[in-house]
Amino acid sequence: MTTTQYRVIGSRPVRHDGADKVTGKAIYTADTKLPGMLAGFVLRSPHAHAKIISIDTSEAEATPGVHAILTNADFPNVENKIADLGEGSVNLSYLSANCMAQQKVLYRGHAVAAVAATDVHIAEEAARKIKVEYEVLDSVTWVLDAMEENAPLLHEDIVTDSMGEKADKPSNIPVHLHFEKGDAAAAFEEADGIVEREFKTATVHQGYIEPHAVVADYNEDGRLRIWTATQGSFTCRQQTAEILQIPLGNVLVTPCEIGGGFGGKITVYLEPTAALLSKKAGRPVRIAMTRADVFEASGPTPGSFMRVKIGAKNDGTLIAGEAWLAYDAGAYPGGMIGPGCMCVFSCYDIDHAIVDGYDVLLNKPKTSAYRAPGATQVAFATEQLVDEIAEKLGMCALEIREKNAVKEGSRRVDGPVYPPIGLVECLDALKQSEHWNTPLDGPHQGRGIAAGFWFGCGLKSSAACTVNSDGTINLMEGSTDIGGSRTSIAMQLAEVLGLEAEDINPQVGDTDTAGYTDVTGGSRVTFATGMAAYEAGRDLQQQMRTLAADLWDCSADDITIGEDGVFSGNGKAVGFKALAVELFAAGEHLVGRATVAPECPTNGFGAQIADVEVDPETGKVTVLRYTTIQDAGKAIHPSYVEGQLQGGTVQGIGWALNEEYFYRDDNTMANASFLDYRMPTMLDVPMIDTIIVETGNPEHPYGVRGVGETPIVPPPAALANAIYNATDTRMTELPMSPPKLWKAMQSEQASE
Amino acid sequence: MPASKKVHVTTTINGEDTDFLCEPRHSLLEVLRDNLGLTGSKEGCNNGNCGACTVMLNGRPVDSCLVLGAEVEGAEIETVEGIACSSNLHPVQECFLEGAALQCGICTPGFLVASKALLDKDPHASEETIRFDLSGNLCRCTGYDKIVRAVQAAGQKMATKV
Repeated sequence: MTTTQYRVIGSRPVRHDGADKVTGKAIYTADTKLPGMLAGFVLRSPHAHAKIISIDTSEAEATPGVHAILTNADFPNVENKIADLGEGSVNLSYLSANCMAQQKVLYRGHAVAAVAATDVHIAEEAARKIKVEYEVLDSVTWVLDAMEENAPLLHEDIVTDSMGEKADKPSNIPVHLHFEKGDAAAAFEEADGIVEREFKTATVHQGYIEPHAVVADYNEDGRLRIWTATQGSFTCRQQTAEILQIPLGNVLVTPCEIGGGFGGKITVYLEPTAALLSKKAGRPVRIAMTRADVFEASGPTPGSFMRVKIGAKNDGTLIAGEAWLAYDAGAYPGGMIGPGCMCVFSCYDIDHAIVDGYDVLLNKPKTSAYRAPGATQVAFATEQLVDEIAEKLGMCALEIREKNAVKEGSRRVDGPVYPPIGLVECLDALKQSEHWNTPLDGPHQGRGIAAGFWFGCGLKSSAACTVNSDGTINLMEGSTDIGGSRTSIAMQLAEVLGLEAEDINPQVGDTDTAGYTDVTGGSRVTFATGMAAYEAGRDLQQQMRTLAADLWDCSADDITIGEDGVFSGNGKAVGFKALAVELFAAGEHLVGRATVAPECPTNGFGAQIADVEVDPETGKVTVLRYTTIQDAGKAIHPSYVEGQLQGGTVQGIGWALNEEYFYRDDNTMANASFLDYRMPTMLDVPMIDTIIVETGNPEHPYGVRGVGETPIVPPPAALANAIYNATDTRMTELPMSPPKLWKAMQSEQASE
Repeated sequence: MPASKKVHVTTTINGEDTDFLCEPRHSLLEVLRDNLGLTGSKEGCNNGNCGACTVMLNGRPVDSCLVLGAEVEGAEIETVEGIACSSNLHPVQECFLEGAALQCGICTPGFLVASKALLDKDPHASEETIRFDLSGNLCRCTGYDKIVRAVQAAGQKMATKV
């Protein structure tokens, strides 16, 4: 555990962008207005799968107020080139075709044309006059159906790549992954207890409240300026430039304030379309998705089918694991199956395991990352089986987890050996918690626990800090701020320099201004961009030491810099601000800078406790009490760490109990609104208690681990375990909504 | 189809006499954001299910996406831009900041308007009342815990100030 006392780190200052965000002054993309700006509207496919025979725009073009119309013919031909987006990579031809359908539409909501007009209503009316002739094709939206040999084929040119070996004919399975550790088959022979089940999870959406939006201004000199809601301005720049086949340096992306992302605002959807409309019209164009567009045409997270099996010895030691996982990729390859495979047994030290994973194409929108992408599904399976085998062996759910929890030196099924990690400490905190030690006190109540893991990545970040003449700092960084990261980054700079958080003016720069920085994702920003700010502060201190040596008439080596940022040497001891003022007066103006690319994952582990009450008449689950425990390494701003834990947990509760894409018989989504896609409201959840464990990450100067994603991993499993303990009914399908749970309880009773 | 004739509407917004022209199909939210530059009210769903566009209409919180601009003739409207007094934040704004009750901030304007409306009536509102009253406002970042606590803290602050 970390014990260092800090001045700024661990305190709870008001965030730097706070006043703007409580007064309505903060500018989000849809708030941006440029002179002469037009409004864009995207016409989308009503069919789940169809060939585009023809597109006739003549009537739309004749509509007064219309300035430009766009179809697939306006998009440049993009080769099958793979672009690295920082957190994952993508084939550009698919990325382009996802922005504007080429020969076929592959899901309802797929863009087929776009209009720019003086007003969004005119643009929509004109777009409705575009005549698209379709030949409707058979479609498929259930993952196992899509894997069948005679399933409707989405792409004629995709064959299965099975660990490097290519199949000889096309299918809907672009990728088959296979991981092995030890000898699982032999280990199952030796197991005293084995449990195996099949699980299903529904497609769910990130549900950010701000719909995707963009403003594009294609200038006459070839310069393209974009204001957008993105989790990564640099990856947005790269994707847009590549799709449009224009030099990357011609594109400027300004990230506006962003109204939530959770992984869903990394891929571009609207930017190339808005850019081409702007180029055609010679005026700036703004496009915003409707809520229905967001559900139908952005990137939800995979539905799945999973068959998982674990085996244990009588003493509770887990010795064998086997998983067969099929995840929706959506309409294009590149779903979340990789991390699903890596996470299925990531919390337990199982010597023998075998994992097969399939990325499956079907007629749903291309899936995207959603907070610990791929991990929540497998935790729903594994964490229930761990409870089940514990019951079989007469052990308590916590005891079996403590016995098998991964620790430093444990090897995951996909290879990596863990450095120091904090799962054991999280389980210990759970055991000591008041919640765990308070018994339930009513009928139809149950308590469940579950553990969770997410990698947490490093990637690339940059920071630059300019010293003002009064010794305050302007900090320029490139991580779009979704949840208070400006402040958690500035606090690390303040700590190293001996300043207060308020002495730093942090600013999220655009792609012309900030140094290259990867996406706000992978739980990486406070860790990696915070590290860049820390290193930029160190750079500044080294420069100041050299200059102070001249000023103080001594050698730089004689000057030390204390933990409090005080420079001492030649009988003098001066704090950062005073020295900065002195140096500025002496004619020195300073900029500190740093770029970092930490490679080691930060390994975020957590554990959660859920108490529920199940209404036996209706199957409705009420969450009575909930505690989320997580190893944050070191919490820079504890309030915002708690906020990540609480927010992720409630998203997980929604995923567990209510949220799902309903499909009609024609494979179109039936519930593309917030009324029918039911996210938790304030009334649906209790307070979410949090316990922050701090084991310190040796790879970060202040011990930070990423915290954003792990909290969404355990809730469906913890709630399923709680429901089982309340009702004796094992729920193997998400969501555990009242009709499903009621039906399961009925068949449980019938079988008794 | 020719565009419909615009309607002239006279109203009071955040205490100021305001008039505007709008088409009959324009919602109050569109008028506020596009015609009047009051972009503090946000569009999250445009069908009354998320509350991000909540404003006060004649003393009652409403989803401004469900009100037509042409309907507000003679009405008094208050938006998030009118909550702070000069440069002093209202207690509900202060408590949202101090309690870290926002992350991305897109739902915050709607929550502030709805919370202030509740606390103006009942500064001692219970947790249950707060959760019931604000259940028309969706937040996807915070899990609501810190919002409920901020509203409770603001109520206490308002009760002491009176």
